[in-house]
Amino acid sequence: MLLAATHLAKRFPNGVEALADLSFSLNSGDFVSLLGPSGCGKSTALRIVAGLLPPDGGAVNFPQRKPELGFVFQEPTLMPWADALANARLPLELKHVGRGEANDRAAAALARVGLKGFERALPRELSGGMRMRVSIARALAAKPKLLLLDEPFAALDEITRLGLNDDLLRLWREDGLTIVFVTHSVAESCYLSERVLVLSPRPGRLAADIALPKQSERAPGFRLTPQFLDCQRRVSDALGAA
Amino acid sequence: MKRALDILFPLLLAAVMLAAWETLVDVKQIPPYILPAPSAIWSALIQNWASLSASMLTTISVTLQGFIGALIAAIALAILFSQSRLAERALYPYAVILQVTPMVAIAPLILIWVGFEHIDRALALIAGMIAFFPILSNAVQGLKSADFNLLDLTRLYGATRWQTLVTVQLPSALPALLTGMKIGGVIALIGEVTAEFAAGSGTASGLAWRITEATNRLEMATSFAALALLALTGILFFAALSLLEWALLRRWHESAMARY
Repeated sequence: MLLAATHLAKRFPNGVEALADLSFSLNSGDFVSLLGPSGCGKSTALRIVAGLLPPDGGAVNFPQRKPELGFVFQEPTLMPWADALANARLPLELKHVGRGEANDRAAAALARVGLKGFERALPRELSGGMRMRVSIARALAAKPKLLLLDEPFAALDEITRLGLNDDLLRLWREDGLTIVFVTHSVAESCYLSERVLVLSPRPGRLAADIALPKQSERAPGFRLTPQFLDCQRRVSDALGAA
Repeated sequence: MKRALDILFPLLLAAVMLAAWETLVDVKQIPPYILPAPSAIWSALIQNWASLSASMLTTISVTLQGFIGALIAAIALAILFSQSRLAERALYPYAVILQVTPMVAIAPLILIWVGFEHIDRALALIAGMIAFFPILSNAVQGLKSADFNLLDLTRLYGATRWQTLVTVQLPSALPALLTGMKIGGVIALIGEVTAEFAAGSGTASGLAWRITEATNRLEMATSFAALALLALTGILFFAALSLLEWALLRRWHESAMARY
């Protein structure tokens, strides 16, 4: 087990109770989606797991040592004054990796998300999808074991989103990542993950923990198979019952 | 073509206005101690160029000293505020008091405290005190404007406060800081001139003093020439700071980017 979140609760100072009692655990190599209606506390849960937000109740435990984390926000969240390379290099710079090595690793991360040749480009010179790729490259540059993504593709057009979904699956496979992917799209959660955690409306509780077919067992063109439809039906039903 | 017209039209307007002014003075026989003709102001400028240009350099240098002092102090204090809410709560009211107190009223005090033997230092101090607040308030605002998610990211990667300041907060603050500098730079000049007027006769040697001196002698043409140089100085300050803003922001910030 990589991570155990037990009885997470969070109430914000404005009185909104985001999470009531959320427990789940993750195994190394999981690709898990956190799915729920808007405002159900899934982003809050992700920020608590990342250690960016203290829970009011419950705890997040890492049975082994805490893995290296990567976080991707809904917005690309890039530094507008810095080029793609400098943006991807940020985690390494903060961790005091030497400039030469940091540049090499950041450039390699950019190349892995298909941005070779765009190292000198500023965020405003890139499309929305490319900015999100820089954001992913930045998360990859620090060589994370656990990658947390908070509705990263929600603001992108469908064509870009489908491409990025496949890229994310490739990176997950290649690096043996553990991924927690927050989304409100049933189709996206079914396509990407092998396990979907369905949250109830606010305050968030775990409503269902659905195991989906392993990526390795899925037929090519999974999106067009009856199996994919079946997955979506199961997740939708759980969401409706939540 | 459009750029050329942008320059041409104001120049054309200036030429028309000056010609009208010249004609008015000539036709109405207005005495030169009331309103000197542009031609008389021009010849006064040429005649007194040595003393006027020296005064202009003094005004520029004193204003610049005050401005740079204010800039350093304001940035340092803004950084302190960004690191400590307590410091901000304790000190910000005093910065506001400094701003709302009319500088003309404190100028005589400062002149006495610093001493008339260090007149330029006193003038620079007054200019700096006026420039200080707009730079401070904009720098504080700028340091607070950093993207929360970017700040979270620096926390995620275990950045020190210093690293967060240098990599995220200071660059985020740059657009607001430059706005503050533009306002501060222009009003530093106003402060310097005010202080020179407050200092009065015989001690200061800047353009404001030249205006006082020439007006007392009813040499209105010289007074107008000094006034024109003062306006030019203000334009130079504003232009230099705008250029700096453009150079630093044009690649990434909307405010300074060319639109197509």
